[in-house]
Amino acid sequence: MANSDAIVGWKTITFGCHILEPGNAANFRTGDWRSQRPVVDKEKCIKCGMCWVFCPDMAYNQDEEGYFVVDLEYCKGCGICAHECPKDAITMVPEEG
Amino acid sequence: MKEVRIHGRGGQGGVTSAELVATAAIAEGKYAQAFPSFGPERRGAPVAAFIRVSDKQIRTREKVYHPDIVMVLDPSLPRLVKVAEGIKDDGIVILNTELTADQVRETFGINSRLAMVDATKIALEELGLPITNTTMLGALLKATGIVGKDALFEALEKRFGRLAEKNKAALERAYNETVIA
Amino acid sequence: MSKRVGIEVSIAIAEAVGLARAEVIPAYPITPQTHIVEHLSEMVANAELDAEFVPVESEHAAMSCCCGSSAAGARTFTSSSAQGLSLMSEVLYIASTMRLPMVMVVANRAMSAPISIWNDHQDIMIQRDTGWIQTFAENGQEAVDLTLHAFRVSEDRNVSLPIMVNIDGFTLSHVIEPIELPDQEDVDRFLPPFKPRYKLDPRRPITMGPVGIPEVYTEAKVAHDMAMKKAKRYILKAWNEFEEIFGRKYNPIESYRTEDAEVLLVTMGSISETAMTAVDTMRDAGQKVGLLRIRLWRPFPGQEFRRAVGKTKILAVIDRCLPPGALCGPVGAELRSLFYKIPGSPKIFSFVAGLGGRDVTVERFEEIVDKARAFAKKRPRELYEVIGVREK
Ligand code: SF4
Ligand code: SF4
Repeated sequence: MANSDAIVGWKTITFGCHILEPGNAANFRTGDWRSQRPVVDKEKCIKCGMCWVFCPDMAYNQDEEGYFVVDLEYCKGCGICAHECPKDAITMVPEEG
Repeated sequence: MKEVRIHGRGGQGGVTSAELVATAAIAEGKYAQAFPSFGPERRGAPVAAFIRVSDKQIRTREKVYHPDIVMVLDPSLPRLVKVAEGIKDDGIVILNTELTADQVRETFGINSRLAMVDATKIALEELGLPITNTTMLGALLKATGIVGKDALFEALEKRFGRLAEKNKAALERAYNETVIA
Repeated sequence: MSKRVGIEVSIAIAEAVGLARAEVIPAYPITPQTHIVEHLSEMVANAELDAEFVPVESEHAAMSCCCGSSAAGARTFTSSSAQGLSLMSEVLYIASTMRLPMVMVVANRAMSAPISIWNDHQDIMIQRDTGWIQTFAENGQEAVDLTLHAFRVSEDRNVSLPIMVNIDGFTLSHVIEPIELPDQEDVDRFLPPFKPRYKLDPRRPITMGPVGIPEVYTEAKVAHDMAMKKAKRYILKAWNEFEEIFGRKYNPIESYRTEDAEVLLVTMGSISETAMTAVDTMRDAGQKVGLLRIRLWRPFPGQEFRRAVGKTKILAVIDRCLPPGALCGPVGAELRSLFYKIPGSPKIFSFVAGLGGRDVTVERFEEIVDKARAFAKKRPRELYEVIGVREK
């Protein structure tokens, strides 16, 4: 998506409406309209990484111990990770407020 | 400007005849157009092809309505198609036929000048095939001089490579055997 | 040295694309464009042309593939007609606003139904507003020259827009005629290697074709519109450079015997040649008739057109397209809006002729001029007239 910070006139809009800055999707906080969030039960987790593979927003990152930790800035709460987890280690819990 | 209409059947090479004459005329420094009757073609169905040759640039994209020359590749076509339709008063119809001029006039009701040759016989003897498109060019040369023989032979060589010799022989024979009436 | 040869126009266009050293040719065959892409695929198969020929599964895929190849920085060519061109339609808009240089030769053909493979301009007029530069050729030589010109303009960094070169299906595409095929060295001089402003390159990633939210869509479209308007300068410049190298001169509007003309015919494409002969015939008969041929259709050269009309008071505009329910054909409408409320502007009469392969003969042009003169005296009831249509 064209960056909303970059709302410009026709003279200054990028050539062909291209986005010249790679990976600028990171600027979009897709997590701000989430209604539920995934909570990982480390007891059950076998570090298989299926959640990381399936998350459409690439919200998971692996920590030093090898667990997959969700970055709530980008998690939109779709629940795909919970559905795909082979160990049912992920529970979707409602966001408060 | 001379305008030619060629009648043949789909697959008999009428378009190739038109192409050979046009490319030869262009190689001689003249202006020319060659084109098929636009549209789908069926093998064996009557089809037409057209040529224009001129010393000046040709500025028309009309179809050919009033040819100076009509050339008919297949002896059976004048029964099916009005081959002389629209031909100019001083035009000439070049036929592949075994008939005499009187028979042609009587059977097909063609009143124009005629040039006749039994091209099927020549093609069978010289090429081993009843394909008359190059043979009939001999009759066209004899009857009209629309293009020079050297240029036409060159065009044949370019188009047919090794097979050009036989086609040239057939063309030459047709040239000699064409009767104008 | 260039060589003058007798050659089918389609084959000559393919040769020109070869001389232009096209690198990627995604194409899907359709009558009457077939011979162009057939010959190109032969050239690639015979290693006469070092290009990727992509035999795609549809025209939609062809145009999508063109976008990808142009975005990756390859010199790109394709060709289509009628229903095939329409199948490309949605992608045509993508290519142009994304500013992707490429050249397409359109062998103009009527739109079915009823099924027609024959020539008119219905297919291109549907694509009029796709934001592609559009030129029209009158004969085989122009088809070759405009194809080379199209690569030069399209890839000019000041332009960066796709171009359609229109040639009449069959009437041009299937005719053998004399054409000067330029020399490779001259073409190389005219056409430097393609260096796009931006390209898809894993070493310097960028995103092409993002979503345009309502806050930017208008600006993106205006930027495209402005690029089209600015392109005219570079189109003319490239024609001047073309003349310097190849000796043939092209103008956005071509005038023929317009001096002191009372009536000017206005045509596009190959009927212009027959129209010139018609003008000669009418001039010989003492009629003050001339001809304007629109070579550049998009961006429309309004200024040049007005200048070319001069003081002539009657325009007889011929459209080769009948848009049902419209006020008149697209060329007629364009010219009416060009002259709207301009003091001293000519009376414009709109005619539709040459649909679906019907011949437009010298007699038809004479009929059109007679009608335009009569209409100038007594206003016609309709805003356009279809020439040569039978009622019963
Ligand atoms: S899918 Fe489940 S088990 Fe696998 S890493 Fe993610 S949370 Fe752990
Ligand atoms: S809930 Fe959806 S968005 Fe959030 S981490 Fe799981 S898969 Fe990703």
